[in-house]
Amino acid sequence: MFEALSDRFDGIFTRLRSRGRLSERDIDEVAREIRIALLEADVNVAVVKSFIARVKERAQGAEVAKSLSPAQQVIKIVHEELVTTLGGATGKLTMSPKPPTVVMLAGLQGSGKTTAAGKLARLLHSDGGRVLLVGADLQRPAAVEQLRVLGERVGVPVYSEGRDPVKVVKGALREADRLDATVVIVDTAGRLQIDADLMDELRRVGKAAQPHDSLLVVDAMTGQEAVSVAEAFDDAVGLDGVILTKIDGDARGGAALSVKEVVGKPILFAGTGEKLEDFEPFHPDRMASRILGMGDVLTLIEKAEEAFDREEVEEAEAKLRKGELTLEDFLQQMRQVRKMGPLQSLVGMLPGMPKELRDAEVDEGELGKVEAIICSMTPDERRQPSLINGSRRLRIARGSGTTTQDVNALLKQFKMVQQMMRQVARGKRPQLPLPGR
Amino acid sequence: MSNVLVLVGIFVLAAFLIVLGLGLSRRAQRQGPAEDRPDATGIASTTPATRARPRLRDRLAKTRATLAGPLQALRIRGRVDGETWDDLEEALLLADVGVATTGRLLDELRANALQLAASEPAQVIELLKAQLVAELDGDTDRSLTRADAGPTVWMFVGVNGVGKTTAIAKLAQREAGDGHTVVLAAADTFRAAAAEQLAHWGDRVGAAVVRGQEGADPGSVVFDAISAAQARGADLVLVDTAGRVHTKVNLMNELEKLRRVAERGPGVLTEVLLVIDATTGQNGLAQARQFADAVDVTGVVLTKLDGSAKGGIVLAIEAELGIPVKVVGVGESADDVVPFDPVEFVDALFA
Repeated sequence: MFEALSDRFDGIFTRLRSRGRLSERDIDEVAREIRIALLEADVNVAVVKSFIARVKERAQGAEVAKSLSPAQQVIKIVHEELVTTLGGATGKLTMSPKPPTVVMLAGLQGSGKTTAAGKLARLLHSDGGRVLLVGADLQRPAAVEQLRVLGERVGVPVYSEGRDPVKVVKGALREADRLDATVVIVDTAGRLQIDADLMDELRRVGKAAQPHDSLLVVDAMTGQEAVSVAEAFDDAVGLDGVILTKIDGDARGGAALSVKEVVGKPILFAGTGEKLEDFEPFHPDRMASRILGMGDVLTLIEKAEEAFDREEVEEAEAKLRKGELTLEDFLQQMRQVRKMGPLQSLVGMLPGMPKELRDAEVDEGELGKVEAIICSMTPDERRQPSLINGSRRLRIARGSGTTTQDVNALLKQFKMVQQMMRQVARGKRPQLPLPGR
Repeated sequence: MSNVLVLVGIFVLAAFLIVLGLGLSRRAQRQGPAEDRPDATGIASTTPATRARPRLRDRLAKTRATLAGPLQALRIRGRVDGETWDDLEEALLLADVGVATTGRLLDELRANALQLAASEPAQVIELLKAQLVAELDGDTDRSLTRADAGPTVWMFVGVNGVGKTTAIAKLAQREAGDGHTVVLAAADTFRAAAAEQLAHWGDRVGAAVVRGQEGADPGSVVFDAISAAQARGADLVLVDTAGRVHTKVNLMNELEKLRRVAERGPGVLTEVLLVIDATTGQNGLAQARQFADAVDVTGVVLTKLDGSAKGGIVLAIEAELGIPVKVVGVGESADDVVPFDPVEFVDALFA
């Protein structure tokens, strides 16, 4: 998408360069491309309009026309504007000076409130908070059970006594006093923003809870509806922030922008996976890149830092500089890269990856095969693949349960990677040899 | 700084690994259209039940009355001009139809309007509706198929939080009301209390629920449920699977396995239904593509259409992937599951 966007821009700006100045028509054309990009990312139509207006104003300024690469410049402006719009401090709840701080989660059905409650509890609990989880979702069957299981896993108490959510909340506040809890997290039932009765109930729950943080939980896959959802919930309980869930998929997450624009309060946290730890402060810059389809290098680097050992990295660096890369290193790096998560999602985070590559399905089983082949080689063979002759090849194939063709293919590919790495070492941008289909 | 450089080098390497040997997708030959699948295994389409069922229109009436449609203003304007087209575009985009599909629809509409010399906005709107209905209608088979012999198995898949369990409960109630004996397979062994949620529903609607331990192998639950259905002479098994984000390879592999298990048991798997939340935006298409790739989805269940969300993404799903919407969920009670009706859906799109 980023490629596509910058390609489109390039077309517009090549014509432009000969004239040296942005005409109104040029800007309109650019604006149209940005509009398409944002709409494809599910940013609300109305929000796109106001956003484009802001970008247009900035793009008309001299900073673009004088730039050597106006296309990049405009993308930069769009990106910056996105970051500003999404921005604000990240990952901080408003804490009450007098405990307990009450956090209330609200949102549509299936947006991930209960899971977010569990994750938030874990985060605050591990920061030393005394957390009480409150199950005020009495609508969905087994919602309270789900919360209890999560509470047990995190190691925090769960309160849900009473048949009416308002009573549950009142009881919970007393319980919080008794337990001397510092944080109370209230999980409410999912509701449609147009359901007047349930929105009224939420208002009453809000009144009883007097939350310091009323948080809207929004699914990153939400489409145009995000705006009316945010408006209605903000209207009902006065939102203080947003939790964006399920950003581990490939949704571009334009809903984040829509909601932020409407609510005007920060997006505090993002749910990034199925596990309780998969919950992090929201990063506006990363989300901006994602909405524009620019990849997510920062997350990638973070993941890499977790998975890689510093010494190993330095060693790899030295080898890389000399252009010496053995199958041994190859194996090691492959294992480390795999530790970072499914390859497919990693590739998705790489900026500027060709579309074919990003859409390619990675067969993880195939990686296991490569591993098996390398493991069936002797250390000498791994260091010096040219040693491998016919009979060694046969032995390796047998040892790894593959065929000699597989072994050959791997050796050939490895050679290419080596060449590529030499290019990198020489400071050239390597050319990606895209295989034919 | 240099560390970062190396990391980037290694990422490039990772990319190479992927490109070079590890192969672009092995999108197997499984990509053929859904029609030429199981056929030969004794599956017959049942005639739609005769019992009067709630209709989409009735269910949506409440929603529609509360919302001023985006096209109201347009309808009363005198002539078709640039603004008309902008408004139409906006209406489609707001319904989550998507940029590409909207563009295509409007191009066709322009040609049609020109040909028919439609000069009033109201006429153009009607043309657009007719065009949409024609596109959805075709000769699409939207019935849920059943096996001739042995328990029929319907499997429900989708991302997290779209309403799989609730949709299953509603369908179970409907089918039980139609005289079928239903067994529910709680194969979502991942989410905390997912099986309890299904068990609650099972009690309510009078369907047996087969479940395993939390964290148990979902395949064994599916197999047990189908065997139990066979033993008890039940004729319908509804399989609830764990929600999964479609980009997670291992989870999608697990689903593939689950499908194979469902096929191997004594029952006959006739439907793999992808549950899509009406509030879903453009990602719905990616979801449909990945799930179809993994488990040969036979139809879509569109949930939460009782909100103000229009679920326009299913237009793209039908057009691009040929997967028909078969069932619509419109509320919290068991009556709130209705067959998909193109005319009513299109009406609601602009309501």
